[in-house]
Amino acid sequence: MKVLLSLLVGLVFGLGLILSSMSNPAKVLGFLDLFGSWDPSLALVMGGAVGIGMLGFASLRKRSQALLGGPMMLPTARAIDRPLVTGSVVFGIGWGLGGICPGPGLVLVGSGLGEGVVFVVAMLAGMGLSALLKRRSKLF
Amino acid sequence: MSIDWASFTPFSAFGGGLLIGLAALMLFAFNGRIAGVSSIIGGLLERRTPAELAWRAAFVLGLLLAPSLYALFAELPAVDIEAGWLRLLIAGLLVGFGASIGSGCTSGHGVCGLSRLSLRSLVATLCFMASGFATVYLFRHLAS
Repeated sequence: MKVLLSLLVGLVFGLGLILSSMSNPAKVLGFLDLFGSWDPSLALVMGGAVGIGMLGFASLRKRSQALLGGPMMLPTARAIDRPLVTGSVVFGIGWGLGGICPGPGLVLVGSGLGEGVVFVVAMLAGMGLSALLKRRSKLF
Repeated sequence: MSIDWASFTPFSAFGGGLLIGLAALMLFAFNGRIAGVSSIIGGLLERRTPAELAWRAAFVLGLLLAPSLYALFAELPAVDIEAGWLRLLIAGLLVGFGASIGSGCTSGHGVCGLSRLSLRSLVATLCFMASGFATVYLFRHLAS
């Protein structure tokens, strides 16, 4: 059941990305071009998602069990530390370079676009690289 | 700054946002999991139990199949990618590396974290928004 639910969630999430144009890199770059000719649309994507999210997460806050069983796995990290800040800044640079973040990257692959494949393969390599670095250095 | 009203699509943006938020809530309510795309993918690269790998793979499969499902009902919207191969390669590396070090991306920190009123996610979101704005400024207005 949990696997089917995850598949459904992926589908709904992906439809949301397509409908909102988050999966169109030009649209994302238009939003990030704050100092040029700015397209505020994506602020409304965030508004819609966070709006419904706030209502939902607030009402689920007291639950200790997921509807399909098992614990509610909330992130436990609280620290505002160097990895959080440097990682997020690096993420934003990559996002600004291509106009693609992880979810839309997968949607582009699913649309059969070679550009999406290049992006996602590089993204997986970047994740692998960070796993190596986390093991080898104390920097992060 | 000037607002590009011609490109502004408030209704589809808000509606798509609602779907994204709904998906995140479904995953949390039913499975007790946070819909952070980078963390879900990242978990597939680690050694985990079959059940852990299965729900993650199913979520990724859903994202991959979404365009085909959409195309059953309406024509897929046009996609415009201005970055060339090299820039996409570098962008992907930085996105994967950064999301992994920073424990999240636009969905995990931006949607779920902000919805949960997490200060940590607010800081992350402000950081990647700021560096995203700065990067586009640099490439569109300073470099050209």
